[in-house]
Amino acid sequence: MAAEPLLQCIKVTKRFGAIQALTEVDFDVRAGEVVALVGDNGAGKSTLIKGIAGIYNFDEGEVRFDGKKVSIGSPREASQLGIEVVYQDLALADNLDVVANMFLGREKVNSSLPFARMDEASMEQKAVETLASLSVTTLRSVRLPVASLSGGQRQSIAVAKAVMWNSKLVILDEPTAALGVAQTRQVLDLVRRLADRGLAVALISHNLHDIFEVADRIAVLRLGHMIGIFERASTNQQEIVHAITAGRLKVVPGMAEAEVS
Amino acid sequence: MSAPNLVPPQSSALLASQEQQSFGTYFSAAIKRIRGGDIGSLPIILGFVMIAIIFQSQNSNFLTPRNIVQLILQMAGIAAIAYGVVFVLLLGEIDLSAGYVSAVAGVSVAVLLRPPYELPWFIAMAIAFAAMLAIGALHGWITTYFRLPSFVVTLAGSLAWSGVVLGIVGRGGTVIIGDPIVRGLSLSFFPPLVGWIICIVLIALFAFTQLRTYSTRRANGLATKPIGFIAIETGILSIMAIGIVYICNQDRGLPFIGVLLLALLIVLSYIAGQTRLGRYIYAIGGNKEAARRAGVRVEAIRIIVFMISSVMAGVGGIILASRLGSVSAEAGGGDLLLNSIAAAVIGGTSLFGGRGLVSSAILGALIIASIDNGLGLIPGFPSSIKFIITGLVLLAAVIIDSISRRSQQRSGLR
Repeated sequence: MAAEPLLQCIKVTKRFGAIQALTEVDFDVRAGEVVALVGDNGAGKSTLIKGIAGIYNFDEGEVRFDGKKVSIGSPREASQLGIEVVYQDLALADNLDVVANMFLGREKVNSSLPFARMDEASMEQKAVETLASLSVTTLRSVRLPVASLSGGQRQSIAVAKAVMWNSKLVILDEPTAALGVAQTRQVLDLVRRLADRGLAVALISHNLHDIFEVADRIAVLRLGHMIGIFERASTNQQEIVHAITAGRLKVVPGMAEAEVS
Repeated sequence: MSAPNLVPPQSSALLASQEQQSFGTYFSAAIKRIRGGDIGSLPIILGFVMIAIIFQSQNSNFLTPRNIVQLILQMAGIAAIAYGVVFVLLLGEIDLSAGYVSAVAGVSVAVLLRPPYELPWFIAMAIAFAAMLAIGALHGWITTYFRLPSFVVTLAGSLAWSGVVLGIVGRGGTVIIGDPIVRGLSLSFFPPLVGWIICIVLIALFAFTQLRTYSTRRANGLATKPIGFIAIETGILSIMAIGIVYICNQDRGLPFIGVLLLALLIVLSYIAGQTRLGRYIYAIGGNKEAARRAGVRVEAIRIIVFMISSVMAGVGGIILASRLGSVSAEAGGGDLLLNSIAAAVIGGTSLFGGRGLVSSAILGALIIASIDNGLGLIPGFPSSIKFIITGLVLLAAVIIDSISRRSQQRSGLR
């Protein structure tokens, strides 16, 4: 029973020059739920996510996290707050093993000297623990280079990497885009487990079937506007498709408000 | 009745990484890795054995103590430059200036030792290495700041630094090195007893680090190499180290340069394998964008790597100058750069970033130097053929690398 949303975006707006990427978008995610973010190409999904992740700054509007107003200026500030983003292809270095990838940028070292030795044993132990706690159990060894893993395993590693750092909100950018049936299953189960552990999860996807399987609520963006946030239990795929392709806009860019209605 | 399986099936996969592996399973896993294409330095060792057999059959002087010591001296310059090249290649970049940059170091030391400066050797070297750091930083900074491909920047650098060398030495000129210490770099040999002490220290150091890793992993409940395997590895290393020291002691003794190369190998391997800097270099070579998003300061690391490359080129340049006893206007040219890059690649470092070891530099340099040395022992052998053979060896190394990578992909190892 989470009364206050963990993340709350209130009327956020983002412009790139003359292009209005987001117009007064309201969006929120509560702890323990999966919110899917859907919309056609160019609807503003990525812009919204990047704003939350600190890659862009919103021009207008307010972001509240954990009840407090925040301004997220960089990815580092986002992760300090407990926001982690899992990008589609950009998460892992193929040549490094699972442990090295999970700790990339945050390696444990034995001392604070400039050329201190990394504490491989404790990193490996923590990685194994995290993977086990997420029931990611199909790995032969955490010392294999990630290039040798299947797509589903790689995505699981990327997710595990994100949740290892006491994150509160995990944002997944099309986690199942390149996966087969069994591997999609594996990742969706993992997404569900994250929410069941009390994390807030935002999920970008084009696959409505996947979304109806894991999401609690479905937020639909169209041309930079939030068409609406639907409860999964009281909607169907048709309604969502309609919202994505023909949802009513409050204001159409370039038209006076009166002409739209 | 078979033994009851107490581990529930869904958790057995991860637990497998925590249980103690028996010698047998570890050994068969190693064989499987090799058959799957993860061959490591196996082809180089086989290649060297083959080279040794061929040249020994042509000229029985090849495997004499005198010639083996000679081989160590001969490979030293290339190996030192190649150490730096490995770092640049790991990052997915290339440094085409290493040859002439090495000559800048050599000529700086040579000139600073002579009138009108007549500086002590350590100050001359300190100035040369400061220049190397500045040159590396400059290459790295230009590459980063103007977002240029490193091969263009270092190609321009190569031309410019060759001009600097020519300017200092003068066309057709030569600067003689008279300083006994700088000359002594390549003319010094350890007495037999010191050679043995170095040998014992090295073996003890290896065994100590292996056992330390073993015990910390064991204490953390992680999978370890079987202790028998560590014993075998230590045994093989001991035989090699004892063999080399024994052979060198038959001649002039263990060369100072050889020990210097070994010390550099240990330090640089530590940086590449055990520190954050090394981890970030591999990460950038593997996936630059992933590294950037993980908070790695890609630009800073690139500049540091070019500095490492230039400093190691400087070490190589000073070694070469010391060996020749002089620096000519042509220093750093010819096949020096290409041999250094070839050494790193023959040793198994990928040209595409992210894969390779510092030790590949010394293994590759050994192959190149032994071809050079061995063909030199065959009377009347034209040097044209020498280049062709070195070229073919490089090609073979790249092909072996490519094939092994493909079969690794097939077997799911990479």
